[in-house]
Amino acid sequence: MDESRPIFVQLAEQIENDIIAGVMAEETQVPSINEFAAFYRINPATALKGVTTLVDEGALYKKRGIGMFVAEGAQARLKTKRRDKFSAEFVTPLLTEAAKLGITAEQLADMIRKAGK
Amino acid sequence: MTAVIEDKVIEVTGLTKRFGSVTAVDDATFSVERNKIYGLLGRNGAGKTTLMQLLTGQDFATSGSIQVFGQSPVENASVLQRVSFIKESQRYPDDFRAKHVFKSAPWFFSNWDEDFAQQLIADFRLPLNRRIKKMSRGQVSAIGVIVGLASRAPLTFFDEPYLGLDAVARQTFYDRLLADYAEHPRTVVLSTHLIDEVSNLLEHVLVIDEGRIIINEDAESLRGSATNLVGTAAAVDAFVGPREVLHRDAIGGLVSVTVLGLTAGERKDASAAGLELAPVSLQQLIIRRTNTSEKEFEVSA
Repeated sequence: MDESRPIFVQLAEQIENDIIAGVMAEETQVPSINEFAAFYRINPATALKGVTTLVDEGALYKKRGIGMFVAEGAQARLKTKRRDKFSAEFVTPLLTEAAKLGITAEQLADMIRKAGK
Repeated sequence: MTAVIEDKVIEVTGLTKRFGSVTAVDDATFSVERNKIYGLLGRNGAGKTTLMQLLTGQDFATSGSIQVFGQSPVENASVLQRVSFIKESQRYPDDFRAKHVFKSAPWFFSNWDEDFAQQLIADFRLPLNRRIKKMSRGQVSAIGVIVGLASRAPLTFFDEPYLGLDAVARQTFYDRLLADYAEHPRTVVLSTHLIDEVSNLLEHVLVIDEGRIIINEDAESLRGSATNLVGTAAAVDAFVGPREVLHRDAIGGLVSVTVLGLTAGERKDASAAGLELAPVSLQQLIIRRTNTSEKEFEVSA
């Protein structure tokens, strides 16, 4: 957990990452609020807020009296959401830094091709 | 009328405490909600301990009102039996050993959990038979921490409870507090100047500076509310404009400023203008804000 952003946002992203990576499979139970709080050493109210964000987005759902589960199709939906944000989060800063160093768009494309090999 | 659930455990209005010419608590107004963990933060001598002594009826207010569980705490057994106050430098009778403390604590706290106390004694490796006078500073602090946790009082104050506790023991304290709070929700007020260590545990933050409450905010909205911007003086000034600057540093042609409340769009603009953006931790933010209020004091004085 870093200091730059609200902890509940970071917890939600962490759980999203685990769903995208398949660590938390669809239709399996996720840890309880108190387990998240203890593991990440955060206030349970904060953990609840993070998990609630994902319930509201439909990535997790509640089974009454049992706990929280990963929703069906959550992995694909989260991947789509992350792709939409990819340009703003990764490409724009890359271009800004490249411009600062005088790297042209073509040189940059070349670098990406080489790095991908 | 439906049953009213008492959501405010503490309500303080216009509270002032003077010691001669010193105003230790200056017109403080705030409330503490049920079952939340509060951080009472501030520099040494800011008024944290005085405030907690007033809230627990151990001292008399000069003016203003205090309601704890809806009543004045002063000489009020029905309030005080629900309150546990762990002081920074708790004194014990001269011939007391740790075991005597744990034997007498259950007389005062109806929620006392003996199993939990025993587990904590093992966690902190506390020698029960040693005279408290002969104990290290950290061991004496551990006694207080154990009493504070195992008493499970509906309202628990920890005033700098960990003087002399090493990093491992402090982490044990935070972990046990969090786990037990999750299972047995209660109101906790934790006073500390080790802000970075506890910031993730807190739900709400009260910052006191020179007796005044200068921040009373949700911990999550405070976090990330400020940003550090670094760049050339011209670029920084052009971006900052009329914005309020909490702090400003300059080195050579470079300027670093701390500003509040940037939107995502503004962050992008700042980055495009060649500024480096860095997060400001809760601790840094409080240092910045307490400095600001000092300057304001000097101006108004």
